[in-house]
Parts: sequence; C-alpha cells; structure tokens
Amino acid sequence: MTKLDAKIPEGPLAEKWAKYKASAKLVNPANKKKLDVIVVGTGLAGAGAASSLGELGYQVKNFCYQDTPRRAHSVAAQGGINATKNYKNDGDSIYRLFYDMIKGGDYRSREANVYRAAEVSNDVIDHFTAMGVPFARDYGGNLDNRSFGGVQVSRTFYAKGQTGQQCLLGTYSSLNRQISQGTVTMYPRREMLELVIIDGKTRGIITRNLITGEIERHSAHAVVLATGGYGTIYYLSTLAVNSNPSAAWKAHKKGAFFANPSFIQIHPTSIPQLNEYQSKLTLMSESLRNDGRIWVPKKKDDKRVANEIPEDERDYYLERRYPAFGNLVPRDVASRAAKERCDAGYGVGKTGLAVYLDFRDAINKQGEKAIEAKYGNLFELCRIITGINPYKDPMHIYPAGHYTMGGLWVDYNLMTTIPGLFSIGESNFSDHGANRLGASSLMQASGDGYFILPYTISNYLADDIKTPGISTDNQEFEDAEKSVKERLEKLVSINGTQTATSFHKRLGEIMWNYCGMSRNEEGLKKAKQMLKELKEEFWTDLIIPGDLNSVNQELEKAGRVADYFEVADLMVDDALNRTESCGAHYREESQTPEGEALRDDKNFSYVAAWEYTGESKPYILHKEELKFVDVEVKERSYK
Amino acid sequence: MKLTLKIWRQKNADAKGKFVTYDFDGASPDMSFLEMLDALNTKLIKARIDPVAFDHDCREGICGACGMYINGHPHGPGKAITTCHLSMREFKDGDTIYVEPWRAKAFPVVKDLIVDRTAFDKIQIAGGFISTNVGSAPDSHALPVEKSKADEAFNSAVCIGCGACVAACKNASAMLFVSAKIAQFALLPQGRIEAKERVQAMVKKMDELGFGNCSNTGACEAECPKEISLVNIARLNREFYCAKVSP
Ligand SMILES: Cc1cc2nc3c(=O)[nH]c(=O)nc-3n(C[C@H](O)[C@H](O)[C@H](O)COP(=O)(O)OP(=O)(O)OC[C@H]3O[C@@H](n4cnc5c(N)ncnc54)[C@H](O)[C@@H]3O)c2cc1C
Ligand code: SF4
Ligand code: FES
Repeated sequence: MTKLDAKIPEGPLAEKWAKYKASAKLVNPANKKKLDVIVVGTGLAGAGAASSLGELGYQVKNFCYQDTPRRAHSVAAQGGINATKNYKNDGDSIYRLFYDMIKGGDYRSREANVYRAAEVSNDVIDHFTAMGVPFARDYGGNLDNRSFGGVQVSRTFYAKGQTGQQCLLGTYSSLNRQISQGTVTMYPRREMLELVIIDGKTRGIITRNLITGEIERHSAHAVVLATGGYGTIYYLSTLAVNSNPSAAWKAHKKGAFFANPSFIQIHPTSIPQLNEYQSKLTLMSESLRNDGRIWVPKKKDDKRVANEIPEDERDYYLERRYPAFGNLVPRDVASRAAKERCDAGYGVGKTGLAVYLDFRDAINKQGEKAIEAKYGNLFELCRIITGINPYKDPMHIYPAGHYTMGGLWVDYNLMTTIPGLFSIGESNFSDHGANRLGASSLMQASGDGYFILPYTISNYLADDIKTPGISTDNQEFEDAEKSVKERLEKLVSINGTQTATSFHKRLGEIMWNYCGMSRNEEGLKKAKQMLKELKEEFWTDLIIPGDLNSVNQELEKAGRVADYFEVADLMVDDALNRTESCGAHYREESQTPEGEALRDDKNFSYVAAWEYTGESKPYILHKEELKFVDVEVKERSYK
Repeated sequence: MKLTLKIWRQKNADAKGKFVTYDFDGASPDMSFLEMLDALNTKLIKARIDPVAFDHDCREGICGACGMYINGHPHGPGKAITTCHLSMREFKDGDTIYVEPWRAKAFPVVKDLIVDRTAFDKIQIAGGFISTNVGSAPDSHALPVEKSKADEAFNSAVCIGCGACVAACKNASAMLFVSAKIAQFALLPQGRIEAKERVQAMVKKMDELGFGNCSNTGACEAECPKEISLVNIARLNREFYCAKVSP
C-alpha cells in the first residue's frame, strides 16, 4: 500500500513556505527554454500558471475546451476575492484568514497548504491591480473591501458583481502577453481525453480537436491540470453547463488519488428550476440574505399567491429554528432547512421545490431606493430569468450544487500521486476542507497558478533538465490514442434511443436525492444500485447522431456523462465511508439532538484519498491524517 | 407554444448553408431561448437528425459564448441581454423565428450557429495587456486611482467578447470591442505607459483581420448586451490620433 506523503516542510507554520522557496531547486534560463509544460485549463488557476511559467521561460502549451481562454468558468464568479491586506485596519492577518478557512472547512483541510494560500493572497491582489483589473475603489482612490461569508473582517476585494470576470480577463491579458512573446501556445476547443505516462512520469496528454474531431498527441516534461470543479454532477448546478470532471477523472484512472470526492458545497440561494428542460441554475448572491426573509406557507400545498398569505400563516422557518442567526445561518444549514421544508410538502412555485425570499419588510423599512442600490442588478437578473419582480413579489429560491471541495489529492508541491502531474485550483482538494468560505476560491486558484506552482514545478523539473523534448512517437502515446479512439467509437456505436443529457439528468437526480444535501446509509446504498443500473442502460441505449470527425456536441456530452457515472460511484463510496457529518457532508446518522451536524474527530480527522484499481474493482482508501498544531479543533456552532 | 423555427444549418466552414424550417410545439414561456433549442435538439436527436450546433457555456450572461441572430437582432429582441438570458416569454404562440449565426468576414461559420471568433483573441494578443511580470507588482495602494476613473474603466471592462457588435454593424467593424479594452487601460495610470503602442498595435491587427471600418451608426452600442458605450470609440479615436501625432 502506498503511503501518502504530503511533503510538508519542517519548521513553524509561518516559515514553511519561505523556507521551501529558499531551498527549492531552480532551473537556469537556458534549460527552461528546453522544458515543455502542458497546462490544461484557462481559468484563474490554469491561465495564471501558464502565463507565470511563460514569463519564467518555459515552453507552455495551454488547453481549454471553450473557443477562447477568456470564457473559462472562473468568469462567472460574482462576489469577490479575499486577501489579508488589512486595509480596513480591522484586525485581519494571514493567521486570521488561515484560521477562518480551517474552521470554515470544519477542520478537514491541511494546515500548511491553507496557511500558504492565505500568505500569497496579498501578492495576488497586487498583481491583479498592476495588470489593470478595475476593482472597486473608495473616494480616496484606494481599493474598497466588503465583508463576505459571515467572517468578522472586511477582506473581500470586488468588482461589482463581476469579480470573477474581471480577475479572469486580467489573467487572460497576462496569458495573451505570453502568447505574443511565443512562450505560450494556446490550444482552444480541445478536450483532454487521456493522460500519457512514460516510465512512471507524466509525459503528455491526448486531446480531441472539437472542430475537426482529430485525436492529437501532445507531449511535455510535466502536466498541470487546472480543470475546475464538478458540481455539475447534479446536472443542475450554478456552474457553467460544460464544466466537468473528465480530465481529473482520466488522471485518477491512471493512478492519481482522488480526495474527499463527496465534499460538494450546496449554495442555498439559487433561482430554482422552472421547467424540465432547464439546464442551469443561476446563483443569487448570498448577500441578499442580509435583507431578505426566507419563508414558506404554514399550510401544505397552499396555492394562494404569496402576497395573499397573511402574516400569521407564514413560516419563517430559519428564524423559527435558529433564532440567534435567523436568515444568516451558514450555507449548509440554510440549504438543508430549505430542503426539509420542501420535502415535507411546504415548498412553493410550480414544482414545490422553492421557498420565498421576501423583501417586503426591508422595502417598507428602508424604501425601494435603498434596496435597489444594494441589489438592483440581482433583482433585474431575477426578473429576466423568472419574470418575478422582487420589489413586488418574493423571489423564489432553492439550493443548488456549487463548488467541489474534493478533487485530486496533491501534496504540498501541488503534485498528485503521479510524478510530474500537478493539480491546481478547484480541481485539487487541498484548501477548503469540507466546506469553502466565500471569496476564497478565486484567491486559491490565482495563488496556486501565479505564485505557488511556478516554484514547486521548477523544483520538480530541475531533475529533468537532461531529458530532451519528449517524443510522441512511442508505444505509450500509441496506446493512449488507441484507447481514446476505441472509447469514442464505442460511444457512437451504441446507437440506442436516449440522449446523453437525459442520462445526465437522471444521474443528477439520483445524486441530488441521495448524495446531496443530506445523506444516509440506506439512501447511499440505494443510489449505488440505481447508478449501476442506469450506467448499464447508458451503455446500451445511448444515442449520438453525427460522426467522430466534425463538431459533435452530443459526443462531447456523452463522454463526460460516461465519466460522471464513475465519479458518482466513488462519491457515494466516499459518503458511505465517512459516517460523520462535517461541513457540506451531512450524514443523518451523525447529528446532535437538535439536528445539527456532528463531527467525529476521533475517527475521521483525515483526508480520504481513493486509489483506482481497475474497472469494477474496489477502491483502496488511503488516509492522510490531519494534524492541527496551530489551531485548536472546536465545535462549529451557530447558536 | 407552437413555433415555426427557421434555422441556419451549415455542416462545416466549407459547406453551403441554408435555412431549414422546423415546426416545433415543445416550447414553454418559462424556457430560455437556449433551452428551447435544447428541446428542439432532443427531438431532432431522437429522430436521428443532427442537432443544431451552437456555442454556450455559463448560461448566465457572462462568458460571452452564446450569440446568434434572432429575427434580425444579435441576441434577439430585448435590450442588454445575451441569448442565454433571452426568455421565451418574449415570443408568442404561433410566432415564426429566424435564427442565424453572426455574419462577418472575420467570423467564419464553423457549423450551424457556431462561428470562429479567434480574431478577437488575436487583437487582444496584439496588445490588450499591461506588461507586468508576476511578483513584480508594488502594493496595490502605491498607486491610487480616482474612483470615477476606476468606475469608468470597469464599465468598459465588462465586455464579454461575444461579437454582437460586429454582427450588428453593417461594416462588421470591431471598433466597440477594441475600444472597450483600449479605454479600460487608457483610463488607468498603470495602463498609460504602453498606451500608444497598445492602440496602434490593436487597431493594426483589427484592420489586418478583415473587420470593416466604423461609420458611427451606433448599431453596435444598441445591440451590445453589456451596454458598452460609443464613448469608448471616441476615446479610442483620441488615443489613436494622439499616438500618431506624437509617437
Ligand atoms: C456562480 C458562481 C459564483 C462564484 N463566485 C465566487 C466568488 O465570488 N468568489 C470566489 O472566490 N469563488 C467563487 N466561485 C468559485 C470559483 O469561481 C471557482 O472555484 C474558480 O473560478 C475555479 O477556477 P479554476 O481555474 O480552478 O477552474 P475554471 O475556471 O473552472 O477553469 C477550468 C478550465 O479547465 C478547462 N478544462 C476542463 N476540462 C478540460 C478538458 N478535459 N480538456 C481541456 N480543458 C479542460 C476549461 O476549458 C477551463 O478553461 C463561484 C462559482 C460559481 C459557480
Ligand atoms: S462590445 Fe458588447 S457586443 Fe461587442 S463583444 Fe463586447 S459585449 Fe459583445
Ligand atoms: S452562455 Fe455564457 S453568456 Fe450566454
């Protein structure tokens, strides 16, 4: 059994990274030019890494499946990005952000990595500012901050509701600069479909050109996956519809351990599903809960419109259940409470899968103008999508899959268990434990890409300077290409009657019902069986029109859905194994008498890293014990 | 809803395209336009017909992937929205809807409603950046920026690169798109250093790529989903002129 070694440097927490950098091996400029690095992904993590490595002088090949790197899903982030600048003089520090993240993650993340993420956060903001990212400013011309995600300091930098877009376009501009200088070659509309390993080292990838259908070989001295999250496993989520786990999954099947796959954050305030064709859920910022009150009718199946329901027939269930925090309880608690009401038959809207978020009282008290100033753009978005005018009628909201804390297991170097394969941004597992704090993902993705990976990958490549350019003309590439082609051919030859999307929907429903906000042993076991049956149906009754040699969006979807089945199965195993509740992972068997999540530190203070052993073979669980030296492990309470 | 859809079908860049008519009764007013197309595609796939190809990703108006000509308007009827935000409530039962790809020499059709917008990337690669290396930035507060300037720069920076401005323009000019980036950087002190080289390089690249000239009709502004203003074009012209007279 492989022993997991996180390779955490010795020494005090606050000095680890500085020491690492001081002693890391370097590659001289002449040698960098001869080293190729593949970066898959152009979000904040991937494009940041590609441009940073390009600046250093490596030869970088950067891939994404969109038509241009500027559309990576990072573009959709709304609220903001954290840094410990302490510009507000309100007591923020690296340690405090580190502490908030460890606690927010419910003590399931690795201290050293989290501390480092907090440590580089200031560099990230400075770099974005220097690149011309137009963050919000105050009248003195300095950057403005807001508070976010219920922490006690204001450390969130933002650009209206488009922080992700502005950060990503800044990163895209640095990528373009490297493309213009010839250090980065961009390969858009390419989907990575396989990883190539030669003599135990990662040496390349196989991609499909999404325009011509051509299966291509790309080699490098090392490969970086920055391929984002897989919240889309639920089909409906707040993610871009094409976000998917396939790249990470291919790597997993080639030997990279997958950590905490069942840790997925469900965001409480998304616009609910309106019809069966719906493909996507739109997030409504968490900030709305500062003024909106959440309620459902007290009577089951109440068909009256909201405004006709008198005050005493409304159930403000969050205020009722959590008098101290009311509508401001943490994301996981708010999500579970909404599900509980809807499951019990009190949900509203056409589908009964929605609750009201009502601004009536806030408007009466503060006036429509004040509310418009705060939430105008969100109200407008709500009106565009649902036709509901939140100034007059309450919004309908419902929880939605949002962020994957789980992902590829990486050590302190951000390297997976396969030498030469790195994973950064949302695609790795490392910084958010069992629950992510708001505005810390953009921070982590950028920190990983711009400021951490360039050091750690150089440390790795320093031992590879004698290796000449990797040829793609060998058995390993041949085999990888062959397996990709065979799989694609297998998919198109099924020739059944059901679409990839219809399978994705059904799979998503199973996962949402049994491995979503609330989980129990019986449900998880049932899900496992249902997934198995659905997977068989998929492989016998899928239909894909068109051919392999041109644009074929159904083929793209089908390949991803095929992987979703396998990811889902592992997610269920992971959720079954972890009989405690922690963060977003709520096991009904592990709750306090009041129904709150109950952690089991004695038995589960570890990262579950799963090893793939072959088709239909059981996974091997490796445990990375978590040691908390610099924080005291406490109960996470909202009372 | 019952609709008559007239959709541009084109197998690939080299093939000849044509409108194909679909009588479709599976739409609901609650759908977005793209979900309506999803529903049509499901029907087509089951009938073993190649579904209509179109670009899309975020489906919330921010990535800029979606975009098609709907009844003669880029992103369809409705002001300041992308195709993915267009609701079927904008249409009536019995409507005939024409759906076409962007039409511009610089944006060749890839398949059906998908066009190749890499020309936009090429313009950005020519100079749409501020040259600063990772790790070399001073503290963010070393360089204060007037709030009004920062806000204006933000308003320019929200362009999503969808290409509707080019599609709307009878000359297929990319001026609105290019000017948004020029203006964002021109307004910020960090961007001033390379301002002259940037505007010349980006305009030169734009011209090379086969985009048309700007004749100030303002169609781009009217159809831009992010309400990028013509003021940006005025600023580009000013920057371009200044760079020319005092290079
Ligand atoms: C609606 C929403 C709002 C959010 N708001 C915030 C916020 O306010 N603050 C915050 O900190 N976080 C927020 N997040 C989370 C944050 O946006 C993401 O976690 C983060 O942007 C992920 O960045 P990334 O670089 O890891 O991946 P992504 O940006 O997802 O990029 C993934 C890249 O990988 C490529 N890729 C994937 N698979 C393949 C493949 N097989 N072949 C080729 N290319 C591939 C894609 O093309 C893409 O370029 C939000 C998330 C959502 C959904
Ligand atoms: S300027 Fe407007 S229309 Fe043109 S690409 Fe940008 S957002 Fe789209
Ligand atoms: S799909 Fe992203 S803007 Fe429409």
